[in-house]
Amino acid sequence: MLLGSLFAVLFYLATAILVLGLVSRIRRYARTPAPLVIPTTPAPITRSGVAARMFREVVFFESLFKGSKWSWLFGWLFHFGMLIALARHLRYFTEPVWNWVVMIQWVGVYAGMAMFVGLAGLWARRILVDRIRYISAPSDHLMLALLLAIAGSGIGMKYVAHTDIVAVKAFTLGLIRFDWQPLPADALLIVHLSLVVVLMLIFPFSKLLHAPGMFFSPTRNMRDNPREHRHVAAWAQDLSSTPSDRSQVS
Amino acid sequence: MAKVEFETPELKPWVDAPKVAPGAMAHSKPFVAKPEHQQPLGFPGELVENWKDVALEKMGDLLGRYRSLQVFMDACVKCGACTDKCHYYLGTGDPKNMPVARQDLMRKIYRRYFTPAGKWFPKLVGAVDLTEEVINDWYSYYHQCSECRRCSVYCPYGIDTAEITMAGREILASIGVGQKYSNEIIGKVHTIGNNLGLPEPALADTLEGLEEEVEEDIGVSVKFPLDQQGADVLLVTPSADFFAEPHVDGLIGYAKVFHQAGISWTLSSYASEAANFGIFIGNYENMQKVAQRIRQAALDLGVKRIIVGECGHAWRVAYSFWNTLIGPFDFLDPSYPVPQHICEFTHDLLQRGALKLDPEANDDKVVTFHDSCNVSRGSRLGSAPGGQFTIPRDLIQAACRHFVDMAPDTIHEHTFCCGGGGGLLTDDLLELRVKGAMPRAQALQQVIESHGVTHMAAICAICKSQFSKVLPQYGMGMDMIISVHQLVGDALIFDTEQ
Repeated sequence: MLLGSLFAVLFYLATAILVLGLVSRIRRYARTPAPLVIPTTPAPITRSGVAARMFREVVFFESLFKGSKWSWLFGWLFHFGMLIALARHLRYFTEPVWNWVVMIQWVGVYAGMAMFVGLAGLWARRILVDRIRYISAPSDHLMLALLLAIAGSGIGMKYVAHTDIVAVKAFTLGLIRFDWQPLPADALLIVHLSLVVVLMLIFPFSKLLHAPGMFFSPTRNMRDNPREHRHVAAWAQDLSSTPSDRSQVS
Repeated sequence: MAKVEFETPELKPWVDAPKVAPGAMAHSKPFVAKPEHQQPLGFPGELVENWKDVALEKMGDLLGRYRSLQVFMDACVKCGACTDKCHYYLGTGDPKNMPVARQDLMRKIYRRYFTPAGKWFPKLVGAVDLTEEVINDWYSYYHQCSECRRCSVYCPYGIDTAEITMAGREILASIGVGQKYSNEIIGKVHTIGNNLGLPEPALADTLEGLEEEVEEDIGVSVKFPLDQQGADVLLVTPSADFFAEPHVDGLIGYAKVFHQAGISWTLSSYASEAANFGIFIGNYENMQKVAQRIRQAALDLGVKRIIVGECGHAWRVAYSFWNTLIGPFDFLDPSYPVPQHICEFTHDLLQRGALKLDPEANDDKVVTFHDSCNVSRGSRLGSAPGGQFTIPRDLIQAACRHFVDMAPDTIHEHTFCCGGGGGLLTDDLLELRVKGAMPRAQALQQVIESHGVTHMAAICAICKSQFSKVLPQYGMGMDMIISVHQLVGDALIFDTEQ
């Protein structure tokens, strides 16, 4: 029960920091003005066009595809593998388990592997391509190590050392219902959950901010309509953009 | 001036990402602005004593004023997609010319002073203290970026290194370390009205000379009006168009189009410059002040429309920023776009059948088109996205029967900068300019060999100046580069009734 309580506290803490950290970052992005119209053109003219552009970026990684096919392939495998693997984990948080979550259980296993392969590919590029090696800080390597270890320990529990998933589910539901339950003391599970806590804690303080950040990127979310629509930020307005025009001179 | 010894890159059948060569361009630095170039722009004359505090304060200020800077500092994941996209990296191999590394020069300071991770674990996240060495790197490498936005096309988050270069230059200027070339020019616009410091009498004289020259040449009395009250159109064009080659042939082309269309127009001696180097140094206030002269001239002359001549960054400022900086334009005729590009204007006339071109006039040429970075990725022509690519090509093909495009990954949104944009068109950066032109020269070389291309047309004064200087370094003629409106002007059929 001690272990269960420890992890309960850790998860509450990590969730609080994750949420508050992200809210504060997002608020800062939202409140910082974009004084000039700077979409990377050709850019959509309408709001729905911008929504479509953003959709293509988020779902298909359109710009990355133009930039680097290998990074695109590994990056896409990783992100969408992770998305499906995360969705698979919903079975630990729902009772009864939602139908679609039941239906994707088998895909989720392969998704976890795709995530692992994608991460491994990204790390290989970081080490092997001299340009990417040059721009990598220790934190860039550690981030990949962390995610690989999370994926690896998860896959390990499926294929190497099973844990008592009924007890795990009791633990997670207990977290949600504020009715703390014990956690099985299995090494892989403890590693898996500890690393997830670490990931949640560093999320709002690291490059993982690319996730909320991309929605605020002015080069992607602005419309190309500067001639038709006058765009002025508050601080620029204060500069009295058009001071009283000089009187007519010849 | 000490002559820098360097080797012009060899043109290969394709462009490979070079091996990283740390420090290869660390020696490249433009001349530093003198106090007389700094002070009129509102910057301190020389390095201030508490430069570190001032720089960090300015950085905090900019982070709060520009969402782009704030988001871009946080969002980069170091995926490497941009690393082989910058023409300066491709031409020099210096890793600090990779867009992400150029950003990191500022990001490592941002992390150290503005993020918990960098305050507590600097080594882990690559954060460093702001030292003189960092400032030297900034001065060197923020003047090895032409703010062309090519990297932003490929970034999964749209990170635009130009925004960071602009912030870097603004911070540098605000601690007293400005760039002489750009700041001296901005000062000339503030006092005289154009980058060249060409006063009204000299301008009037030049235009008169052009009228005589054109009449002698084609026997038509094409006018180049200056400060003409009540004209319909105010033409604002880069001052290089007044006398530099091949720019002036473009200006002659515009004048012929106006003449044949029968639309009254005028230049202004008060606002005799479309270029706005305020964008290059990232300074909103100076950019606005430069642009303000144009609003004033339009009001004073009582024109109905403003048309902008061939100039890349000027068009970005005009199209994307003017309405914000000096709008609203409620005193102009709302039936025309404000501002309008000369290519849009001519294209419209052609489509309406108001102009006739004889493309056989340019039969001696095989032409390709260089998409200028600021037009391609920072603005638009026409009413639909991508008009910036089709409209100039339509004009060229209407004026010339032999047209061929360069390789697809070097045109349209993928276009390479000429190597001289963003305030780098100065002889103290000649090595950088030559090396940075390599990717474009390579693509041009390919169509010369495959299609016998004789000329490359462009719609940017900087591109034209840069190419006439650097193409000879690659064994190509300096007169290969021409204005789109030179082709139009040469093909124009004059209605002899007039």
